[in-house]
Amino acid sequence: MTTFEYTDVVPQPRRPWDHSGSTALRVVVLVALSGVFGFLATTFTGLSGFLGWYVGLVFAVPAIAFIGSARHGWNVSSDRIAASLVSVAFASVAIPWVSIFWTVVQKGSKAFHANYLTSDMRVTAFSDDLDLGGLRHAIIGTLIMVLIASLIAVPLGILAAVYIVEIKGRYAKLVRFLTQAMSGVPSIVAGLFVYSTVIIFFGSFSAIAGALSLVILMLPTVARTSEEVLKIVPEDLRSASYALGASQARTTFRVVLPTVASGLVTATVLGIARVVGETAPLLLTASYFVGTSTSVTEPIASLPVYVFTGLTLGDANATTRSWGGSLVLLLVVLVLFLFARFVSTRLTRKR
Amino acid sequence: MQTDSVPEPRVVQNYFTRVDKIFRGSVASAALFSLVVLILIAAFLFYRGFEIFSDFGLGFITNSKWEMLNPEDSSTATFGIAAMLVGSIITAAIAIIVAVPFAMASALFIEYYAPRFLRTALTALLDLVAAIPSVIYGIWGYVILLPLVEDWSGTLNKYLDWFPLFAVRVPIFGRSPLLAGLLLAIMILPIVTSVAREVYSQAPRDLVDATYALGGTKWGGIKTVVLPFGKSGLVGGAMLGLGRALGETVAVYLVLNLVFEVNLKILASAGGNVASMIATKFGEASEYELKGLMAAGLVLFLVTLAVNFLASVIVNKSRKIV
Repeated sequence: MTTFEYTDVVPQPRRPWDHSGSTALRVVVLVALSGVFGFLATTFTGLSGFLGWYVGLVFAVPAIAFIGSARHGWNVSSDRIAASLVSVAFASVAIPWVSIFWTVVQKGSKAFHANYLTSDMRVTAFSDDLDLGGLRHAIIGTLIMVLIASLIAVPLGILAAVYIVEIKGRYAKLVRFLTQAMSGVPSIVAGLFVYSTVIIFFGSFSAIAGALSLVILMLPTVARTSEEVLKIVPEDLRSASYALGASQARTTFRVVLPTVASGLVTATVLGIARVVGETAPLLLTASYFVGTSTSVTEPIASLPVYVFTGLTLGDANATTRSWGGSLVLLLVVLVLFLFARFVSTRLTRKR
Repeated sequence: MQTDSVPEPRVVQNYFTRVDKIFRGSVASAALFSLVVLILIAAFLFYRGFEIFSDFGLGFITNSKWEMLNPEDSSTATFGIAAMLVGSIITAAIAIIVAVPFAMASALFIEYYAPRFLRTALTALLDLVAAIPSVIYGIWGYVILLPLVEDWSGTLNKYLDWFPLFAVRVPIFGRSPLLAGLLLAIMILPIVTSVAREVYSQAPRDLVDATYALGGTKWGGIKTVVLPFGKSGLVGGAMLGLGRALGETVAVYLVLNLVFEVNLKILASAGGNVASMIATKFGEASEYELKGLMAAGLVLFLVTLAVNFLASVIVNKSRKIV
């Protein structure tokens, strides 16, 4: 059994969150130490270049955290080491992100020329000079397929959310569960499914088949985001509407959905961002076509398949074209995201 | 002007009118679309691949040869996806093993260590990075990551080749399962991180504060309260990432050399992956081979469905505790 004894000694208040020593000195020591570790790593262990220096840094940061705090005891030390490790881990996670954005911009901009967005590849091969050809056909194809997919997936997604939140039907849990399961369908399986039904039935690759495969991938995102959005509608609004004698249908369409219209726009935009870069299902359903096409029953190009096609050729100019397509694709996703954020911040401000 | 007529009190109904019944019925049927699609996917892939399952039976899963000597003659075909399945599992396992610790640390960083003004920005960045198209990850992995990993693999092999995983028969390291696994790790990291971050952010604040009041440090609070609290959520997030990693196609297609032979040496330039195998073989497949691809697609679908099923059960459970 534990007994407590009272002593006259008043414990000193501990302030483990205080910084000790000067920060500048620590940074200098950190850089020097990581240099030493990096040097040791590159010289003695066969690690070379970037990785060697990085390993040096990874060892140096916790080491200096330990050295700097060792005199305060293990509790403080472990806190400092954990903090340094967490920061180093996040920094290493961010390296690929920065690298991706940087390489896409740097290499992609080389493919651009005056008519890059307004010409197609009908008379140009991927390996031709970079001032010829462009990706108008891919942009138009992506637009068409995403538009058709949205027209189908957005109403269905919102209705699924309405069923879960508004109707609270007997199968609400099942529907939510199924949408979650659907979000895990591999994109290639969605493509195979559409191939095995629509394309085998009609006998040719088509934009409409591509759009249908995108519906499968888009629906879960729209449904889940709409559900989150519908949940923030205050219960008072519904009660007020019912108190005025409105039916549930009228309440839903005239009160609930207009209240969160901007949130539903966000859900749509996020759904589009989810599918605009899908490659695998389009390879199997829409295939690729070099010219600009607006027919929904024929093969059609799309940005991701354009990127993919250029990459499989292995030619230097073709690869540069792929980077150009990647840059456009990345910009599209970025713009969609900024738009979604803009709309959703307006939504939260209104509340 | 005043009238003496008192309005009739409205009859309050506690049942649904006909309009509402129609409304509820039609919404319900629209909501069950996802059920219909999931059933149709399984049904059609099974229907198209049935011939393969009946021809090869269990050998389709346990055999690793995939060849069709004469595209016209289905009796010359041998289809088995063992190597591809094993390869998928290996690459996904590498991805999970690499991604989960980093995702934990990143989630903790964003939620507990980053300055307040950065927190919203980093959360948004996480969503954005999760939405980068896989083909861009693929091209980046092929052009930037491939030479780096090739170099690192050489080093690993030089010093650690006594370890069976790092041994290779021929010292060719490009387009290896390790590269595919690392790329997948980078790709699934945002989703795992954002699930982990969400769970960690729901950790009971008062318990964390209690650890501070007892003189504990920030790490003490995280270790004793946040991490145990978020354990099941993290497992769920990892499973979600695993599902993504198993189903990823184009990125893996670009960075992995497909070889139809079970290979456990992760540095060798030979691996397998069901999803990217389907994409590879699809182009010039004969009718019979297409059926084989449908069957492979069904296997992939069922595996990812099972993984995602487990994931959502675990994630929902961890949400319920909150």
